Amino acid sequence: MNDHAIIEFKDFSFQYFSQAEPTLLDINLKIFPGEKILIVGPSGSGKSTLGRCLNGLIPFSYKGVLKGSLMINGIETTSLDIFSLSKLIGTVLQDSDGQFVGLTVGEDIAFALENDNVDHAEMHARVTDVARMVDMQNWLTSSPYELSGGQKQRTSLAGVLIDDVPILLFDEPLANLDPATGKTAIEIIDDIHNNSHKTVIIIEHRLEDVLHRNIDRVIVINEGRIIADMDAHALVSSKVLKETGIREPLYVTALKYAAIQVTPDMHPGHITSLDLAGTKDSLKAWYKAILPDDKINTNPSILMMKNISFSYDGVHNVLEDINFDIREGEMVSIIGRNGAGKSTLSKLLCGFEKEDQGSILFKGNDIKSLTIRERAELIGLVMQNPNQMISKPMIIDEIALGLRLRNVAEEEITPRVEKVLKICGLAPFKDWPISALSYGQKKRVTIASILVLDPKIIILDEPTAGQDFRHYTEIMNFLVEINKRGVTIILITHDMHLMLEYTPRSIVLSRGRKIADTLASVVLTDANVIEEANLKETSLFKLAQLAGIKDGTGFVQGFIDYEKGMRNV
Amino acid sequence: MNAKMKLFSYNFVDSPIHRLSGLTKLICFMLLTSTVMYSYDIRIVLVVMLFSLYILKISRIRFSQIRMMIIYVLIFLLTNAVISFFFSPEQGVEIYRTRHVIANLYGSLKLTWEQLFYQVTKFFKYASVVPLGIIFLLTTDPSEFASSLNGVKVNFKASYAFALTLRYFPDIQRNYHDISQAQQARGLDLSHKAKPMDRFKYALLIIIPLIFSTLDRIEMISNAMDLRGFAKSKTRTWYTYRKLQRRDYGAIAVSLLILFVTAGISVFINHGRFYNPFI
Repeated sequence: MNDHAIIEFKDFSFQYFSQAEPTLLDINLKIFPGEKILIVGPSGSGKSTLGRCLNGLIPFSYKGVLKGSLMINGIETTSLDIFSLSKLIGTVLQDSDGQFVGLTVGEDIAFALENDNVDHAEMHARVTDVARMVDMQNWLTSSPYELSGGQKQRTSLAGVLIDDVPILLFDEPLANLDPATGKTAIEIIDDIHNNSHKTVIIIEHRLEDVLHRNIDRVIVINEGRIIADMDAHALVSSKVLKETGIREPLYVTALKYAAIQVTPDMHPGHITSLDLAGTKDSLKAWYKAILPDDKINTNPSILMMKNISFSYDGVHNVLEDINFDIREGEMVSIIGRNGAGKSTLSKLLCGFEKEDQGSILFKGNDIKSLTIRERAELIGLVMQNPNQMISKPMIIDEIALGLRLRNVAEEEITPRVEKVLKICGLAPFKDWPISALSYGQKKRVTIASILVLDPKIIILDEPTAGQDFRHYTEIMNFLVEINKRGVTIILITHDMHLMLEYTPRSIVLSRGRKIADTLASVVLTDANVIEEANLKETSLFKLAQLAGIKDGTGFVQGFIDYEKGMRNV
Repeated sequence: MNAKMKLFSYNFVDSPIHRLSGLTKLICFMLLTSTVMYSYDIRIVLVVMLFSLYILKISRIRFSQIRMMIIYVLIFLLTNAVISFFFSPEQGVEIYRTRHVIANLYGSLKLTWEQLFYQVTKFFKYASVVPLGIIFLLTTDPSEFASSLNGVKVNFKASYAFALTLRYFPDIQRNYHDISQAQQARGLDLSHKAKPMDRFKYALLIIIPLIFSTLDRIEMISNAMDLRGFAKSKTRTWYTYRKLQRRDYGAIAVSLLILFVTAGISVFINHGRFYNPFI
């Protein structure tokens, strides 16, 4: 490593024209060639803005006031345009679907070369070479619809690697990936870093997942300022994470619950480097003292699927012989990799599609004959992206929409809407336009607009996708609140934390079949299910192994029960 | 994947038509369309129609993919035929300058052989454009077509915008489908029971979220393109570029031939755009 920084921020500040306050303030940061840096921070901390300053989207696409200096390779970036910067920094954006510009893998990888007027024959040769680096050489003619999330991301990575840039910037690379694919992504990034000695910068809020492999330094940003710049071991031992609302690794949380002082000497940055010497007994003692949460839901059944099979084309079954029984007031997660049949399942429940075989029972009655609209009064669906649902400019109108479409009298609508506004904590925003709300608040509006129809069951598709820890906790606590009011909640998710902390029971689908229907702690520690559903073993399980606790599943369940106990206090 | 999604977009199949360059297909489409638009000779129109149906067959497009569209076009053409009959029932007589009455319909309204012949010709004229258009749209790789357009000096930004539109069309279609289902669950009635005014209002309830979620995507795509140097210079090369090959020249020659023969028949045999069997 030489001592000339490849990236250097000096007293750097930036304020968007559209914002009243600067988004970045007094940034001083040096990054050296060949380093692997992780930038973490909650939503709105300015970490994405920092990335945009590096790759030139600021000031090229987003305008604002820029103060101080940012040098890359010794050149002031304000003197460079976005195109020259793109030869220094390659950016892999968050949504690998959205940045898939080409119609096929080959074309997408070639995009930068096309813009550089590279000759046709040379272009094809280089594309094939780079595709081999990310193991996509057999997919060059595939369209994005035929690829998995991981393959799309490999393609975007190849599209950046083709220019042989010295710096790689990953903007939330894990955002749309399932746990296993995310793990592989971190491994690919690490392998490329090791083989090419490029400088790698990862912007992410999912700390534990990135720390699956080595990171040289972690930079923490909060409210526009750098508040920490240290290695992973020091970071997880410090109070910084708690103060900024970034989720610390689960095994660190467990150690802290067990009243173990986490210090940098224990190398707690990665579960693989963690040294438990001298603390194993405290961990065991803590585990033994946990009172199991033996509340079993014995309510009557509210929703049952019996021998459900379904296919879109009449040939290939997307769902095959699905059976489950959900009880009133449960909070259940449905998990499985992309294409496992999760969304199809929710479409059947809402009546968007009709089952080919089997029956769906609501409180014991077959709901086959109910229309979409009638079912919505029993089972509500909240889509992943609130923008996909919001169709009115004002909050009140948006929430009242479902009632108005049902020709409910206005005198009745007003109290119902007011009540839901209160439940959802939206009462203070009652007369606001929706455009003034944050993402999390919009999400609440969409949930409110479903709740107002008074459904007994709500299905939420990835309710916390892309949310940082604070917003995640906010949304989930809100759902717990609704759940306590007696609404049964079904969550379709990839998020392992969510499963562990909020849904005692998980139903796992794989290739259209149900492969597990049991406690989340069992699912996340069962190697077969983990493999089939593209999950990842929870680090709590490894912690149990490290501490010599034989019943790893029991330990994970203990952790869940302990947290629940804390929440109920 | 939902088979319905690929209803009306490019699907890669290895057929002789798919192997032609996008530019060739555009040129042939324009030549053949001009032929049938110019000529009112039912013999020529039927020949072109049969020819294009044959091409449709060898391009291995499944009927299920295009059924809805065919139905819409037929409904449109039939309505058009009925309306134009009532507006100018004597058009055929004016053109062919003879009058053979088949039936007295109502008052002075009479159906003549001339009118019937004229309208049948017109019907097939329009109908024969449909398979041509379908072939062009469904067998042309959008980016390859963009590269061809750019090859004939159409601005590459315009060419690329066109390709991107086709590229994201299935995405938007799917998004529309999802939004529409979610809104129906909230109580939206899209059936024919709703009044026309209501149906218009309801359509807005789907289109507004569609626009907003599409705008999100557009910002992302344009960032992705900027970051990889789109439009950094005044020209660009194309990964999917295909040089015109012998079969391309062959296809263009055949289309040109059809156009010239048509022109020849019009000038030397029909002495005009119309073929007149009544004299």
